[in-house]
Amino acid sequence: MFNFGLVTEWIDNWLESLMPQWAATTVECLLIGLALILAYSLLALFYILYERKLCAWFQCRLGPDRVGYWGLLQVFADMFKILIKELISLKGTDRFLFALAPYLVIIASMLVFSNLPWGNGLQIVDFNIGVFFMIAASSIGVLGVLLAGWSSNNKYTLIGAMRSGAQMISYELSVGLSIMTIVLLAGTMSVSELVAAQADGWFIFKGHIPALIAFIVYLIAATAETNRGPFDLPEAEHELTAGYHTEYSGIHFGFFYLAEYLNLFIVSGIASLMFLGGWMPLHIPGWEGFNAVMDFIPSIVWFLGKAFFISFVIIWFKWTFPRVRIDQMLALEWKYLMPIGLFNIILMAIVVTCGLHF
Amino acid sequence: MTNIQDKISKLCPSATFEEGEVLLVNVPDNDWHSLAVALKDDAELHFDMLSALVGMDWKDSYGCMYYLTNTETQQMLSVKVATTDRENPMIHSVSDVWKVALFQEREAYDFFGIVFVNHPDMRRMFLRNDWVGYPLRKDYDANPDVNPIRMTDEVNEDDTFSMVEDENGNIVRQDKKVFGDDEYVVNIGPQHPSTHGVMRFRTSVDGEIVKKVDVVSGYIHRGIEKMCESMTYPQTLPFPDRMDYMSAHQNRHCLCMCIEKALGIEVPRRAQVIRVMMDELMRISSHLLSYGCTTMDMGATTAFFYGFRERERILDIFEKTCGARMSLHYNVIGGVAHDLHPDFVKDVKEFCAIMPDCLKEYHKLYTGNIIAQNRMKGVGVLSKEDAINYAITGPSARATGFSCDCRKKHPYSIYNELEFDEVVDTEGAGDSFTRYLLRLKEIEQSVKILEQLVDNIPEGEICAKVPKIIKLPAGHWYQQVEASRGVFGVYIESTGDKSPYRMHFQSPCFNLVGVMDICCKGHMIADLITIGATLDFVVPDIDR
Repeated sequence: MFNFGLVTEWIDNWLESLMPQWAATTVECLLIGLALILAYSLLALFYILYERKLCAWFQCRLGPDRVGYWGLLQVFADMFKILIKELISLKGTDRFLFALAPYLVIIASMLVFSNLPWGNGLQIVDFNIGVFFMIAASSIGVLGVLLAGWSSNNKYTLIGAMRSGAQMISYELSVGLSIMTIVLLAGTMSVSELVAAQADGWFIFKGHIPALIAFIVYLIAATAETNRGPFDLPEAEHELTAGYHTEYSGIHFGFFYLAEYLNLFIVSGIASLMFLGGWMPLHIPGWEGFNAVMDFIPSIVWFLGKAFFISFVIIWFKWTFPRVRIDQMLALEWKYLMPIGLFNIILMAIVVTCGLHF
Repeated sequence: MTNIQDKISKLCPSATFEEGEVLLVNVPDNDWHSLAVALKDDAELHFDMLSALVGMDWKDSYGCMYYLTNTETQQMLSVKVATTDRENPMIHSVSDVWKVALFQEREAYDFFGIVFVNHPDMRRMFLRNDWVGYPLRKDYDANPDVNPIRMTDEVNEDDTFSMVEDENGNIVRQDKKVFGDDEYVVNIGPQHPSTHGVMRFRTSVDGEIVKKVDVVSGYIHRGIEKMCESMTYPQTLPFPDRMDYMSAHQNRHCLCMCIEKALGIEVPRRAQVIRVMMDELMRISSHLLSYGCTTMDMGATTAFFYGFRERERILDIFEKTCGARMSLHYNVIGGVAHDLHPDFVKDVKEFCAIMPDCLKEYHKLYTGNIIAQNRMKGVGVLSKEDAINYAITGPSARATGFSCDCRKKHPYSIYNELEFDEVVDTEGAGDSFTRYLLRLKEIEQSVKILEQLVDNIPEGEICAKVPKIIKLPAGHWYQQVEASRGVFGVYIESTGDKSPYRMHFQSPCFNLVGVMDICCKGHMIADLITIGATLDFVVPDIDR
């Protein structure tokens, strides 16, 4: 399987031959930052089109089809529109916090974004506590949402922010618990090691029942984490007009919008890392020929394919289910998902200690 | 009828009577409240529903016409109460007897300046509180300088008052506030995606829990009733289409029938059948829209499109025959405006054939969904007593077990020859889920009516001969039809002129918003939207 590490190493060596090491590192950092922002915005654009087309098909519609072939340029048109829109600031808002909030949200999602295992040797940050870092970084987002709701000086945004705070903090638990279940199975928190450990079978197969339970719990909790339907209460457009970002306009609104779509990609990416092997092709122990064929598909295609598939499922949720109510949402988490998650982690511990996994 | 007359004269000796389509009782204001209590409480009379309240200006006096209904025997009675005091007209409120008067009397106060004694909240219903004059009075000054377009916010919109009568009979003004100082009031509307129009609910919330809903209406009030007074009868016809635009056919049917009744015109059979078919198509289209909006308000955007897919077919049928999709202008006095399109029969047959499968699809898509059920079951419960008390009619009332279908109770046109069932929820749960489900069941019945008629459209005239200049004889008439959202009534009072002396439209939606407060209390903000969607009011019908 092609290792992207060779490419990065080659660039590193070439840069070091041209300039001192500190300069080379600086240039590399800049290049990576640029690549990150580019990938981030392109993926967001792709996701917007992806969701619009999918939801159109769910709703017996065609979706965007006027701008460019098959509506492909529609998202670019939308992007330019949002870029040239005026940033409106209102009376009575807390200017500083109002401007800060969208950046907090976008920074949080970018931090997690940089941890994803894109392909063989294609990973920006790789700690020994990578998963832990992801959970920690993603929680910064809720701060941005709370600040946005508070600083707007509007009753709708405040209710939206409070809902969002309650929701994200609750569902963080389930996300954490289901990830911890897999960490128990893998025995590591490092992203690269997690992927490597799935070379002989993805965790969802290796960990069988507890892993499957963890996967389902994760999917539900992750949908709630990203504030998407049926858990889109913080921005419930039919109740709170647009929830916490009612008062935002132009690119500040665009940041919330981008972050929402990227968070969808990120939770799908984490799901594919924890349960479906990250960039690891589908390997079945003993079937050497099959495994070799699978290895021919590039690792980045594997990763993106899995992430897009999980995103499809989450989008499917959104366009099928009605929205839950705040009390029902909290009851679902505290009465069902969290106890199940806790029980599941014990189950996984038993499975691991007794060696009952594959 | 003489029996009722005897009973009422015993209860209130000062009452005088006039025979007519409905027995009219003239009551002096002083005896009105005690008579109202007796009319409602008497086991035999038991007029438990106030169907219509019409404010009136008879030039020498102000007053109200009340149309009462006994919901069991369907007996109707009209009561006329007048006061000759033109400076400070006051009538005793009956809002403690029939709760629907809480809103209806505020409307009469708004337009005629009649103050209702003992009414708890005497604010204007539609107009701003700094409006000068009472527009439906015959001596109203319509000069735009008196009421310029005001560019400032309404001041003191929280202030209200009531005129209370103490034991000695003295009437004292009491000033009040709608909301307390410590209440967290959220404005839901007038610009809001789920109020189905320009409607405003001032909602006092405790966290997410709704404590009180104050309905602020009038943002799109067009003064239709006032405009009608300066128009000839055919010129008034376009207005009902623009009230509840989802019951355009039924509303216009009602106005035409009222005028035809006054003129004594017999509508040809073919026109009758066409009218009923159009009414039922309109009802299906309305219920489909209601399904779509209910689901969308709860966040299921997809289900919305499925409802609209079939509604589109009905609008196509309308477009072919009427030339319009929204404001249809099809009924005219004496019949219908033009003949059916040649495709009509074929289109309706096709539509009737697909509808049962589509209904199954809707149920599959939404009704069985566990989230949808949790969101609707037990939410916004309306009891049968409240439904009658607040004069709620239509699907929302039938969900409470209150049988009130005007097509069965006061059959008009050819409805008594048709075979269909009135859909009433036997358990009378009266919650959002029952209301939602009941509308889908009503679609089945409407399809049944269409199937009976589609092959039996008789040949013949589509419009009766009507005089070129329509003048109604002096008198007053009241006509009801079953519109998509409940009983729609038209009251016409004529002095024998070319234009009506007073025309009043009794809209079902106006009563529906009246129960928002009692339905939403104790529920969450999200439920307020669900309840609003399942009660299914249309704002232009409230703001006539």
